[in-house]
This record gives sequence, C-alpha cells and structure tokens, in this order.
Amino acid sequence: MPTLTINGESQDFNGDPETPLLWHLRDALSLTGTKYGCGSGVCGACTIHLDGLAVRSCITTVAEADGKDITTIEGLSPDGDHPVQKAWRELSVPQCGFCQAGQIMQAAALLARNQAPSDVEIVEEMSGNLCRCGCYQRIHEAIRLAAGGV
Amino acid sequence: MLYYIEKHAAGCNAAASAIRIENVSRRAFVGGGLAASGFVLAVQYSPANAREPLKTYPTGGSAMDHGYGKAHDPHVYIAIADDGAVTIVTHRAEMGTGIRTSLPMVVADEMEADWSRVSLIQAPGDEPRYGNQDTDGSRSMRHFIQSMRQCGAAMRQMLESAAAAAWEVEPALCRAKNHNVMLLDKDGKETGVKIGFGILAKSAMALPVPPMDKLLVKSPDEFTLMRKGEAKIADLRDITMGKAIYGADIRLPGMKFAVMARPAVTGGKVKSFDAAAALKVPGVEAVHQIDGFAAFPHKFQPLGGLAIVANSTFAALRGREALTVEWDDGPNASYDSVAYETELAATAAKPGKVIRNQGDPDAAFAEAKQIFSADYHAPHLAQAAMEPLVAVARIKDGKAEIWAPVQSPYGARKDVAEALKLPIENVTVNVTLLGGGFGRKSNWDFILETAILSQKLGGAPVLLQWTRDDDMRSGFYHTTSVERIEMAIDDQGKVKGWRHRTVAPSIVSTFAPDSGYQFPIEYGMGFVDMPFDIPNVRCENGQAKAHTRIGWYRSVSNIPRAFAVQSAVCEAALMLGRDPKEFLLELIGPDRNIDPKSSGFPEDFWNYGDPYEEFPINTARLKNVIRVAADKAGWGKTLPEGEGLGIAAHRSFATYVATVVHVVAGADGTIRVPEVVSAVDCGFYVNPERIRSQMEGAAVMGMSNALYSGITFKNGAVEQWNFADYAIATMANYPKKVTTIIVEPEAGSHAGGIGEPGVPPFAPALANAIFAATGKRIRKMPMGDRV
Repeated sequence: MPTLTINGESQDFNGDPETPLLWHLRDALSLTGTKYGCGSGVCGACTIHLDGLAVRSCITTVAEADGKDITTIEGLSPDGDHPVQKAWRELSVPQCGFCQAGQIMQAAALLARNQAPSDVEIVEEMSGNLCRCGCYQRIHEAIRLAAGGV
Repeated sequence: MLYYIEKHAAGCNAAASAIRIENVSRRAFVGGGLAASGFVLAVQYSPANAREPLKTYPTGGSAMDHGYGKAHDPHVYIAIADDGAVTIVTHRAEMGTGIRTSLPMVVADEMEADWSRVSLIQAPGDEPRYGNQDTDGSRSMRHFIQSMRQCGAAMRQMLESAAAAAWEVEPALCRAKNHNVMLLDKDGKETGVKIGFGILAKSAMALPVPPMDKLLVKSPDEFTLMRKGEAKIADLRDITMGKAIYGADIRLPGMKFAVMARPAVTGGKVKSFDAAAALKVPGVEAVHQIDGFAAFPHKFQPLGGLAIVANSTFAALRGREALTVEWDDGPNASYDSVAYETELAATAAKPGKVIRNQGDPDAAFAEAKQIFSADYHAPHLAQAAMEPLVAVARIKDGKAEIWAPVQSPYGARKDVAEALKLPIENVTVNVTLLGGGFGRKSNWDFILETAILSQKLGGAPVLLQWTRDDDMRSGFYHTTSVERIEMAIDDQGKVKGWRHRTVAPSIVSTFAPDSGYQFPIEYGMGFVDMPFDIPNVRCENGQAKAHTRIGWYRSVSNIPRAFAVQSAVCEAALMLGRDPKEFLLELIGPDRNIDPKSSGFPEDFWNYGDPYEEFPINTARLKNVIRVAADKAGWGKTLPEGEGLGIAAHRSFATYVATVVHVVAGADGTIRVPEVVSAVDCGFYVNPERIRSQMEGAAVMGMSNALYSGITFKNGAVEQWNFADYAIATMANYPKKVTTIIVEPEAGSHAGGIGEPGVPPFAPALANAIFAATGKRIRKMPMGDRV
C-alpha cells in the first residue's frame, strides 16, 4: 500500500495506485489549488513538487509518488509568503489566475535549485507552463524579482 | 450587524456564496430621534467641497436584457457593517480582465471608502436586481461606469446626510473622506470632528436614494482609486496560495464526479451504446444518456451523449474509456475545413450581398490605373481557456443550485429553469471565478448538461468535468473566413475605390435558421465601419453555411477583418512606394466623426450596441493612437538585416488601438518578437494597471492567433485534441516586451472596452513586420513560426 506524504502529512493510500496524483489531491483530499488543465502533461496547470522537483500531477501516479515528499501550492508556504508568491503579488502577475499555482510551483522549484537563473534558464524552465491570458512577461519579471529574495 | 446586504454561506465557500438583501425597516428609523432633526436630502454643497454634477449619457446598456437593473441603488449593491466593514456587490464575471475588482473600485472611490476595508461579494445570476450580467462584448465598464459612480455617490451623500442629522447641521458641512464623515466649519475646513461609516451605517441605509439631479460625483482630481492603478485585484493573494475558487473547486457533501462522451460531429446522436464494461469500472456508479438538441438552430442546448457518474473524476474517465457507443454523425459528417476554405475563396471571388455602398465603386474600379486585390484567410479557433468547461449542480426540495464559471449566469438560469421545468425563482446560478472565458463560457450548454444530469440522479450534487479534448472538440468555434480586399488606385496614387468581401459562417446560425449570411453584429466588426476617406466603397457578404457550432471568441470578427484590412493597407502602401504608417494616416483622412449616412452604412449599423452619437467613429482618435505608438516604437528607425517593424490600427468596442510589432527573423526563418508597442485610447478609464495587463495578454493571444493556432475539421470532427496539436504561445516564443501607452482621454470621451480591442491589430502588425523583415507577405493564418 503506497504511503503518501502530502505537505508534511503522511497517509496510506488504498485505492488504485494508477490514479494520477492530480485526481487524488483534488477529488479525495479536496486540495483544489492544483488545477486540471490538459490531463496529458502539456500545460503545467497541475504542477506540484515531488521531492522538491516540479512534476505534472496529471501524469504522475500515486504509485510513482510512493514514499516521496509531495508539496502542493497549499503547502508551499504556510502563510503564502514564499518569495515567488510575494513577487507574483508585487507585480500583479495573474489575470484569470487559473494556471498560476502551477506557474508558481514551477518557478519555486527552479529557484530552489538555481538561485540566480539566467533569462534563458527561466524560459527553458517555464516554457511548459501555458498561460492563455498571456501573463508571460510578468511571470518572467516576477521570477527575476523573486530570485533576489530566495 | 451588516446593513442591507446579508451574506449567507451557499454550501461551501465565500466565492460561491449567494446574497440576499435584508429588508431593513425604514419605519423604525423615521420614527426615531434622528429624523426629528430635519435633515435635508437636497444637498447644497458649498464651494469648499465642490463636486461635479453627473453628466449622464445614454449607452447600449439600457437596451440589454434588464438594462442596469437596480445598479444605481446602494441598498442593492453596498452593505456597511457596524464596525465599518464595507461589502460591495460585483455582478460581472471575472475571467481575467479584473472587472470583478474594477467596478467595485468605482463604487468605493465615489463613496470615499477605505479600499482596505472593502470586501466583495459575487452576485449570482439575477439581472432584474443587478442589471445585465452578460460579461462579454468588452462592455462591463462601458455600460456600468455611470451606474457604479451613481451608486457610490448616492451612498456617500446618504452617509453625509446621516452625519448631518446626527450633528444637526446642514449636510453642506459634512464631507465624506476615507471611511469617515468629517464636520467642516463655515469656511469648509475640517474641524477635526468626524464619524465613522460604521456608526452611520444604519441611519444612512435607512435614507432614500438621492434622486439623480441631486447627485454629485467626485471630480477626477479627487479620485483615490480610479485612474491610479495602485489597488491590487481582489483575488490576488488567494490566487497565489491556491485558494481562489474556480468551477471545479466546488465541493458539496455527497458530490459525484462525472464526465461525458459527446458526439464528435455537431448534431450527431447516440445510435446505440453498451455501458456494461463501464459500469464494472471500480467507482463508476451510473451511466445516463443526456439528450442533445432536437433540431437546428441548436442555440446553447447540449450536444447530448452519455454521462458517466462516479465517485472520482479518474473513475469516471476510466468508465468513459470502457464505454462502447455507436454514433449517428448526422448532417455535418462531411465537413472538411480544407475543402470548405476553397469554397470560401471561390465565393469571395464573386459579388455578394451588398451591405454598405457609398459612391460608385464600379466606376472607380473601371477607371482605376492600378487595382490592388488580395484574399486573407483565417481558420476556426478554439477559445481554449486554461480552465476546461465544468459545472456543479444540485437539486433539493424543488430548488436547483448551480455553480459554474459562466459569463452569462442569468441566461443560463433561465434555460436551466426551462430544462428542469422549475420556476426561475427556484434556480440559483452562482458564478465562480472563471479560469479564462474568451467567449466560450457565454454559451451555457455545459451548465444545462450538468443540471439535467443532477435531475437524472434524483437531484444529487454532481460535478461534470469537461476534459481538455472535450473542450477542444465540442466547442463553439471562432468562425473561419476569407476576406477579399480590393482597392482602385488612380494615376495620382490615390485610393478611389474600396471593395471588401467577407465570407464566413455566422454566429447567427447558432440562434436562427442559417441563411449563410452574417448579421449586423458581425458586419459592425471592422467591415462596414471601415474608417477610410475613400469616396467609393462597397462591402459585400458572400454566403457560407455553418457546419459546426460558431461562437464568440475574444474580439470575434475583428480578428479576420483587421488582419485583412490592415495587411492590405500596408501592401498597397508598399506597392505605391509609400511609408505604411503615413499611407494609413492619409487613408483615414481628415479629423472627423464618420457620418454613417453619407458613408452608406446600413440602416441597422451595429456600433457595438452603443448609440452612435455618444460613441462615434472618430478619426482623430484613431490617427492619434497611430502616431503615439509609432513615435514610441521609433517608427522609421534603421534596423539590422532580417528585422522589421509593422504597424496596424483598429477601432473596436468603442476603443482605439494601434500596435507596432518588431520582428526578428532568424537565419532559419524563425519569427521572434522582441518588442510590441501599443497605444490605446479607451476614453475614460478606471484601472490602468489592468488595462496594461489586458494589452500584454492581447499581444500573447494575438501571437497565438497569428502564428500558431487553428482548428481544422475532417469528416465533420475536429482534428485537434490538446495543446500538443492546438499550439498557443508559450514562455519560449511570446512577445518579449509589451509596452502599453494609455492615451489620456479628451474630456467627454466615454469609457470604451478593454478586454478585446488589443487583439485585432496584433496579427496584421505582425504580418506587416514579417514582410518588413523578410520580404515575405503572409495572408493566411496561422502563419506558422517560420517563414
């Protein structure tokens, strides 16, 4: 039986281990900050951290997450004051906001391993996270801003 | 105690809460001590606290269903608690434009509320109360700015009157300021005596609303929120923490999760199905057939199909995979968009129905020294909001409740009531945040399906989730079109004749038997409203019948029209050896309001639904944005080989936008856009910060439209499934730096639209820049990312 550690809390999982983490988080645990956007790993709206790395929860199964630390947007910072979240607010990045949890999780994972990413590295990291409202310019700026504060 | 609006939890969370108006008795107040002090409502302001009379003007808002409702009435839109906390109703849908914040900002500013003490409450679909709620057509600010100013100003004057009564002084000595009413001396100076809004709430709310002719609004130099762009959007913190509530985030006790199998072809029906395997999937609880629309026109009726109900979305998806369905594809089974495009082009080559005629274009073309002629092609598009369609429904004790990301909650409510055979007062449609809308969520087929499914489940709460491929393949698509532009040019290089033919399946086919012709709303979007000073003009519409559902898409027909017209102008300029910007300005001609009559506009000319006298086509404003954008972008500067600037300008939704795109073409032909400069004149504006964000987003969506996206059909079905084959701009290829210049409006220029007008000029500016950079002229979208 897989054991999932989600935002610091461990729990046994006794359903179908092939369940994508996304649906377990959303439907069983009501952790709705992680969004469904495409179901095939091509939009990034469902991005979470698995042992600190950004992954697409819509194509990551519960079995694959067994024994690993899962962090969702709800667990990124207890008070919402992760430097990336602060930078996002400082620059008023979101429009509709739907993709932003995924964008923030992707950006936080980048900054956790590279505190001073170049513009090219930011683009490479973020180009799989789609935003139909077109907030890319501010996302890019906010990551640069957050990099100063990580 | 909260005076006049009471919030009550509607099952789950604040974002989805319904509201009701508390019926505070006026009698208790009128009989009380304050009334005896004889306050006067006919407020006479001294010069020291001068404000302006509200200069009202008519808008098309009054012609919309339910018009402005009671939007002018603070009792309907505002509540003040004992502790001074202010709650303001926000009645338009938030899909990323910021309107959920910007309209309450107007109310708060006019009433002198401290924005940090204001919270918002989202109105459910209730147009008789709140006014029209169709959040589309870039008209929220255009139609409600006056009502919201009126509402806030009335509240302020009611608070001032209540303070005057409490102090037993003339209201002229009472002045609301930052959540207090200040007592003034005879010279109009503050005495230091003040009362907070919370203390005044009860008595102020018991007053009648001051009549319009007694209302004074703040002069612009007194604005605290409007035009500043300093206040953040209301949901910003929640969004960054994953707490903002969108359609799929509603959780109700006992809620089921469902997905549907729908026909691949518009109008297709279930012929037979076998649900046995699906029902064996663990977690799947039921399979129900939902009837599709019975006949064309389909309106917003569901496509129909089979709903798989389960205890999780994943189980429902597995159930759908296990389902066997045989479909009857129906009359659209042969729709092939490649063949259709050829038909559109053939139709565009022939005369069509004349919609606008001015002068004698036949003679102008017969006498022309040169004729310019080109066809411009545009594909179907899917709105593809990041949030796929979704809705939640529950029916309990004969009352249906819906939660949905919907642009038109009242229209949805009416149709739900009809579908469930319930009186409309027994149906509530709560509006969640929309994870993007772009027009698709104006069509409430997804809500009707969910309501019908809940009914089949005995009223059980159910969340019906569309997958990305459902969203992509069961859409209401942006039309596909061929636009032909022809110009008759004389021996002086002057354009003497203009012919524009539009051929595109019409949105009207959604609502009425399809004649193949478009309707005034589509004609009004960059076709008959062509603003050039050309003496002989003919605008014709060729027939094109729809074979799929055609719907609204951000800026609608303006996309193909601006692409055609503004590309053609640049092409003609270069053909004549002229600078494209100067040629464009010359074509627009002298400063004037275009006279629709002498210009041969049709009698039923649609001016974005607004009265022409108040929102005329003003060529000075159009030319101004061109000059401002061109100057800022350094038009005319020398660029390295393989780089170029392109310009385009377009009026839509009563707003004028000019855009200059800078293209860099790589050695392999890859197109990159390092910079975009747009100048926008949207008249009176409220939230410049959100205007800039809309313009930045419009450039990105413009880039997707121009280069990457296209929906195609084969054997009646959409060929694209997901973002892997329906490409949109990404962080790797978006326009890198978008600069927006908001033109200060001239006095008396009314608030225009902002959500859509940034989109249309982008594609032609890009095409013109690609030509400047590479010498290649692209007349067909999507252009691809390589030339």
